Amino acid sequence: MTISVDTPKETFRLSQLLYDTRYRSLTIQVIAFILLMLSLSWLVSNTVQNLQDLGKDFNFGFLSQPAGYDINQRIIDYTSQSSHGRAAMVGILNTLLVAFLGCTVATVIGVLVGVLRLSKNWVVSRLMAVYVEGFRNVPLLLWIIMIFAIMSEAMPQPRDFREGGTASMLLGDSMAITNRGIFIPKPIWHDGSTILGAVFLLSLVGIWAFRRYAHKRQEQTGDILPVLWVSLGLFFVPTILFYFLLGRPVTLEYPELGGFNFQGGIQVRNSLIALWFALSLYTGAFIAEIVRSGILAVSKGQTEAAFALGLRPNRTMNLVILPQAMRVIIPPLISQYLNLTKNSSLAIAVGYMDVRATLGGITINQTGRELEGMLLLGLFYLTASLVISSVMNVYNNRMKLKER
Amino acid sequence: MSKANLSYVRTEMLGPQDPPLGQTGVIRWVRENLFSSWLNAILTLLSLWFVWSVLSHLYPWFANSIWSAGSLSECREIRNTTLGEGASAACFAVISDRWEQLLFGFYPREGYWRPVLALAVFLLSILPVLFTHLPRKLLIGSIASPIFLFWLLWGGSIWAPASVMFGFVAGFVAYRVVAAASSNLLGLLAAIAAPLLYWFLLTGLVADALNSVVPIELPKVQSKEFGGFTLSVIIGIAGIAFSLPLGILLALGRQSNLFFINKVSVAFIEVIRGVPLIVWLFTASLLLNYFLPPGTNFDLMLRVIIMVTLFSAAYIAEVVRGGLAALPKGQYEAADALGLDYWLSMRLIILPQALKISIPGIVNTFIGLFKDTTLVVFIGLLDPIGLSNAIRASTDWQGVYWELFIFIGLMFFIFCFSMGRYSLYLEKKLQREHR
Repeated sequence: MTISVDTPKETFRLSQLLYDTRYRSLTIQVIAFILLMLSLSWLVSNTVQNLQDLGKDFNFGFLSQPAGYDINQRIIDYTSQSSHGRAAMVGILNTLLVAFLGCTVATVIGVLVGVLRLSKNWVVSRLMAVYVEGFRNVPLLLWIIMIFAIMSEAMPQPRDFREGGTASMLLGDSMAITNRGIFIPKPIWHDGSTILGAVFLLSLVGIWAFRRYAHKRQEQTGDILPVLWVSLGLFFVPTILFYFLLGRPVTLEYPELGGFNFQGGIQVRNSLIALWFALSLYTGAFIAEIVRSGILAVSKGQTEAAFALGLRPNRTMNLVILPQAMRVIIPPLISQYLNLTKNSSLAIAVGYMDVRATLGGITINQTGRELEGMLLLGLFYLTASLVISSVMNVYNNRMKLKER
Repeated sequence: MSKANLSYVRTEMLGPQDPPLGQTGVIRWVRENLFSSWLNAILTLLSLWFVWSVLSHLYPWFANSIWSAGSLSECREIRNTTLGEGASAACFAVISDRWEQLLFGFYPREGYWRPVLALAVFLLSILPVLFTHLPRKLLIGSIASPIFLFWLLWGGSIWAPASVMFGFVAGFVAYRVVAAASSNLLGLLAAIAAPLLYWFLLTGLVADALNSVVPIELPKVQSKEFGGFTLSVIIGIAGIAFSLPLGILLALGRQSNLFFINKVSVAFIEVIRGVPLIVWLFTASLLLNYFLPPGTNFDLMLRVIIMVTLFSAAYIAEVVRGGLAALPKGQYEAADALGLDYWLSMRLIILPQALKISIPGIVNTFIGLFKDTTLVVFIGLLDPIGLSNAIRASTDWQGVYWELFIFIGLMFFIFCFSMGRYSLYLEKKLQREHR
């Protein structure tokens, strides 16, 4: 008996585009692509038409024109004669400044509160719960406005600091909290301060190298070196030594009351303070929850196992609990940093000159370049968040539990 | 001497004794919880001192608060006559004077019952969605409720929103009929085409016809009259309702095997999430007119709702993606093995489980969305914060800060905290069910 194997001929019929799963996905994608292109071209043609009707063109030449407005808070040199591009740069740096300050303080607050909320101490844990719930459930904007109002309404005026006034300066007459902002001493860099800076950086490198060495040695021999004390010593001793050897290259300029306001020193404006504190307190509440859940995520058996091995509590924390908790904590922590950076655009509420206020605010109003300005503004935030999230992905892949 | 009397062991049992005083009741609790170590004792004292110093400042301010006055200066006069010069007293009279404005904005006064009734209708219609043990038939009411909500809030004829909603029914019927007659795919096309045709050609006619037969009308209210918490809640709820389906679609797109669809979804999600909401709101108010055909100009509130929807859809997509990724691969394979096509397997097997896991995350996104509705103040809508600025700008209430902030903060706290508690309740319930 012979079986004739009749292989069907591979013919292609049009209906296969719809009913054959091999081709259907292609059809769907082509249709989706065409639809997307159609709607994009519709948007673009509308935009071109609208721009034409308004007599505008699309170019970024305005970035090199003089800006003509002042920015009261700047890290790099800027005058009203500088270009719009420079103004945008000042704004970007201001955004990064408040984001950096906010992230630092928020992390400190978040870690402290997260740990304290797990404490067995009833009063402390209740207090921390009130803080976390209070800040998480009220809009950030309200906190920013409220802290700004506290600073500008409830703080003493500079004239109260005169002889016989009601207010006095803090920390040995070096700092003044007024309703125009906080005045702090300003470091003056003399000759030799670069050497001092280099020494400080070198000692940081030294600390890092020593920690690596100590870790390696512990892995190999089991000896534990006194890392903390050596690090502290490396941090302070060389810098202080060189400070005196070089004849005090860095001095402080203290703020002093002159006329109606404080002169000298650095004026930390209310806008920066309100934004910074509100962002830190708000994000800190979220970070506290992340830290708490990270610590709770490490099962109790791990602690008990570490104790059974004879590790002391602080070593248990450092060697067993924290490395595991970190894996849970870091990814949401970084996305909180990202949120904080994006939320810093709420600077608009208090008039802090961030990138939205310079590039996306005054520049747009003065030049009438809404399209270009908003595009650049969006690109800046997008780049920042893509960079941070790609760093996070690299970290996640390195820290991923390696199973099988 | 009998041996029986010589006992070295106590023969009778001792009665139970009370534990030492330091080991019972309050004292033990205090020792264990508050003063178990030096560090703990210091922390306790510090916190108690903190609580005391806050309360001692705030208590007299609250206790002396004045609730009826026409202006801040009147408030100060009352305080000076009853409590003496310079005493600390809150002036909550601003709330009792202006609470209607804070809640309803410039909504017509005789129509205040409408937003309130709309909120009640909304809460009733959301109940069967939130609590799964209620009868499923109530969901029909939930689906129909948007008609009443829109009608109550904006007024006009009830048949206008009803006839728009009818488009969805038309789509559903078209799908059923065509899919039964020919194939699934054609049915899907019919389901898209029928409502579009209906909306472009028939909606107005149907609404007019129905209205001439049974006229049910309310006075119309313009969008610019909305304000205060009414505005926040409307933007929040509309954003939530529209962004959930969009977010689920985006999440499916991001998990899809189709290269093009996948890349488009990823790009959309990342671009939306990478830029702050405030920039999107400015885009809506400054740029949207550039992208639309010349001469179009539509409601600012609608633009804001569209932007907020797109924004939170991207976040919800990420949450749902987490849920989809958390499902074991076996579930996908089992659905394929049963011979279900993509949409059926998603609808019957994957999404019910994935959404269940991601509900807490979705609720958290909603809390964030609701808090973010305050940002609309920057593009000129009068949300509670915008109204507080307006109230402070009037001569009567110049200089009132804290009372307004406290009121607004408390309102937001109540909304967000209760949503947060609901998400906790769900998380616990889901944990129980998974065990």
